[in-house]
Amino acid sequence: MIPELGNFALALALIVSFVMTGAGLAGAQMGNAAWMVAARPAAIALFGLSSIAFAALTWAFVVSDFSVSNVAANSHSLKPMLYKVSGVWGNHEGSMLLWVLMLSLFGAAVAVLGDNLPPGLRARVLGVQGGIAFGFLLFILLTSNPFDRLDPAPLDGQGLNPLLQDPGLAFHPPMLYLGYVGLSVTFCFAIAALIEGKVDAAWARWVRPWTLAAWSSLTLGIALGSWWAYYELGWGGWWFWDPVENASFMPWLAATALLHSAIVVEKRDALKTWTVLLAIIAFSFSLLGTFLVRSGVLTSVHAFATDPARGLYILLFLLAVIGGSLTLFAIRAPAMKSGGLFAPVSREGALVLNNLLLSTALATVLLGTLYPLFLEVVSGDKVSVGPPFFNATFVPLMIPLIIAMAAGPLMGWKRGDLAGVLSRLKVAGIAVGIAIAVTWWAQSDGPPLALLGIGLAAWLFVGTLIEFAERTRLFRVPLSNSLRRAAGLPRSAWGLLLGHAGVAILVAGVTGSSAWTVEKIQAMAIGEAIDVAGYSFTLDAVTEGQGPNYQYRRAAFTVRHDGKVYDVLEPEKRFFPVERNETTEAAIRSTFLGDLYAVIGDETPQGTWVTRIYFNPLVPWIWAGCLIMVAGGLVSLSDRRLRIGAPQRKRATPSPAPAPAE
Amino acid sequence: MRKLLYFIPALIMAGLGAAFYLQLGKDASVVPSALIDRAAPEFALDPIEGHDRPGLASADFRGQVTVVNVFASWCLPCRAEHPLVMALAERDDIQVAGLNYKDKPEDARRWLAELGDPYDRIGADQTGRVGIDFGVYGVPETFVIDRNGVVRFKHVGPLTEEHVRKSILPAIEALQK
Amino acid sequence: MTRRLLIALALLLASPALAVMPDEVLDDPALEARAREVSKELRCLVCQNQSIDDSNADLARDLRVLVRERLVAGDSNDQALEFIVDRYGDYVLLKPPVQANTLALWAGPAVIFLIAGGILLVRVRRKTPLSSAPPALTADEEARVLRALDPDRQERD
Repeated sequence: MIPELGNFALALALIVSFVMTGAGLAGAQMGNAAWMVAARPAAIALFGLSSIAFAALTWAFVVSDFSVSNVAANSHSLKPMLYKVSGVWGNHEGSMLLWVLMLSLFGAAVAVLGDNLPPGLRARVLGVQGGIAFGFLLFILLTSNPFDRLDPAPLDGQGLNPLLQDPGLAFHPPMLYLGYVGLSVTFCFAIAALIEGKVDAAWARWVRPWTLAAWSSLTLGIALGSWWAYYELGWGGWWFWDPVENASFMPWLAATALLHSAIVVEKRDALKTWTVLLAIIAFSFSLLGTFLVRSGVLTSVHAFATDPARGLYILLFLLAVIGGSLTLFAIRAPAMKSGGLFAPVSREGALVLNNLLLSTALATVLLGTLYPLFLEVVSGDKVSVGPPFFNATFVPLMIPLIIAMAAGPLMGWKRGDLAGVLSRLKVAGIAVGIAIAVTWWAQSDGPPLALLGIGLAAWLFVGTLIEFAERTRLFRVPLSNSLRRAAGLPRSAWGLLLGHAGVAILVAGVTGSSAWTVEKIQAMAIGEAIDVAGYSFTLDAVTEGQGPNYQYRRAAFTVRHDGKVYDVLEPEKRFFPVERNETTEAAIRSTFLGDLYAVIGDETPQGTWVTRIYFNPLVPWIWAGCLIMVAGGLVSLSDRRLRIGAPQRKRATPSPAPAPAE
Repeated sequence: MRKLLYFIPALIMAGLGAAFYLQLGKDASVVPSALIDRAAPEFALDPIEGHDRPGLASADFRGQVTVVNVFASWCLPCRAEHPLVMALAERDDIQVAGLNYKDKPEDARRWLAELGDPYDRIGADQTGRVGIDFGVYGVPETFVIDRNGVVRFKHVGPLTEEHVRKSILPAIEALQK
Repeated sequence: MTRRLLIALALLLASPALAVMPDEVLDDPALEARAREVSKELRCLVCQNQSIDDSNADLARDLRVLVRERLVAGDSNDQALEFIVDRYGDYVLLKPPVQANTLALWAGPAVIFLIAGGILLVRVRRKTPLSSAPPALTADEEARVLRALDPDRQERD
């Protein structure tokens, strides 16, 4: 009964989304106030109905109702409750429903929080949002209904891929979707702006919080996925340039560029067409990501079970949404004139450089991901484009970006003073020297590029601190005075500090883990010890046991440092009888300088055990860097200026715009 | 003219869409062989231990068209395609050779006894090295080799009647001329 | 379709991790390091988008052993790669060689960067207020000033 209720809610939601689109778009176009107003309750109703549908599916998973074919295919009565629930979105149909739920959540948020938006803009934004929801709902109802029944119902389900039965991966998709779908709001604002032919500072302020929220969720989602790969795949890798990873990374790159270009629109009324285009592109890549994962056009380890009929629908939907919006852009954008002028060396110039490098990086990832497909279509040849390509092309683009990241925030608007900025960065230059010297002293055998990476990290970190110190007049006025200034700074200044410092720490982590990993693979007898990076690992015992829905083999390594017991690492290998599949659970002990990482393998014919022990330098910095970046995004989001209620009616004429007036 | 610049993103999208459309539903996992129109690798393999068929060597390809079928007893799809290989062996204008890939002799013997032995010659590739020389990556695979020992056609995966009718047989006929 | 199913099945049965096994590891650490380097450049054919270094598929293991044998026999890294490419084609290279059909791939990033950078530079140059004496406003600019000063008056175009 409950699944039918969910199905009914989905059908109703389809109708409501249709009404929402019509009322919002047509109402605004014809100036019909009643219709425009109707889009708001429709958005809220859509959220309510999607919630009912989602709750119904969750209920079916929680009570293991195997007469629902989706539950039978993806769950099992013995699964722990957490994974019964996460199983809801661990499959194609359920994840689409989650997507719609998030979409309607954002739509409802715009409806509820958008009091200060001009009625026409709000109606159009909601209308576009409703249209996207309509497309997804139709897709679900036509090709991927999660409520389809099985008759007769099987006695038990087929279980969920054990790799997905993991806390990291349970929350990875929701965070990622929150990001993808958050970008839809920015997209809707861009479309509305194109229809109205108006982009101004107020528009940029309305767009920015949504972009920030989406960016923060995307960052967290990608980091979670990466962290999962790190401890679950068992060889210490955390990024593989797999098409599906790239599919989530491309919207992130676009969102990062958008975040920065929107600043220029807000402060200087420039880069308007570009920002609108970026907003369209960012969401387009979110949709493209969905397509790549589900259509089967690209092969990937992570791909969902694929189906050409679904692929065709998504392709048509993509063409309608992306193609339509880009065509609208092509027609309307030439009429939008940019205001603020600026010299190449200026804050705007630095932000433009940021956008140039990020967009090139985005294009590079897109090219590398899709090139095999293009080539096969054009010539029938097959090539592979893997990590070595991306490392060779992506990394060189990041180097100038990081160098510029330290200098940009110190530049003045309109016309900057490069020599002055560089002299203020003297301390950062010294820090680079020290960092490289210390690294050289500690690890002289690594690749030379690694020194560059550490130097860049130091440059960015110290450069970012300098900017913050200048704002708070640290060391120039008494400390208490500085602290008061720091507390009084706009939250976006804190966001900049955290965001950029997070990147610096991330860069150090990435460098360390790719340059100096120590790996020991061997067969060990019980009681045998082995030294890795100054730690001694003794294999004390290998035991077997029974988990909730798996059998495990667990090893106990006693780790000693300087002769003293430091920790006990207990990696596991798990066998899931229902799914007939194994997982490795690495045991990880993080230290400031890196992770001790142990994995247990199979027994050898000689009665010893295959073990892998790693020292993964600076990997904790990767996660710390990402979390700090996310914190920066959230702090910035709480900026009063960006709060949806803040810009009120004060539609500030953007600071005296055309420069010739100077 | 400047206005046309604004159409570039839409055009790129159109190109992407066309590429996706053409690729939709195709099996992206089949890899073309690097060996087509090149001489088959040099090798000489012993027969399956205790089985009454001669072994296989590259010299055996001389003088007649050969279909080389890579099979193993542990490979389920091989079982599915086996009747088609049996049917191919009915033809007397070709030689059907087997490459028994990474198999145990006793398993291979039992498998052939159960399902029938269509092969004129069978090379036992216990280490899989000859398989690698042939660029084998997924058993079963089927090669068509001409009278001069040059590889002309390769099929990856289990044969179906359609494959045999549409690609294997035409490849053989073309080489008979 | 069946084939795809089989591959999906193979993927399902292949457990992750535990690629390189202790008995494969070469005694000479320098040679072993080179072997790892070569293995990371080679695609595992049966498990999409993984290098043979990361994969525990049977074929990946065979290829790793083969790569080590070639290196021990005195091949350079490139020769060892060439040996595998000879049998499996360019498809096994995770870093595609620079040749006619990959030119667009390798030149792409630089071309995109230069074109986009060039357009930007031209536009920024044109807009930079170089002379101190502002030129007279064109009619269009005049309208823009008015619009900027009073957004509500803006007419739709």
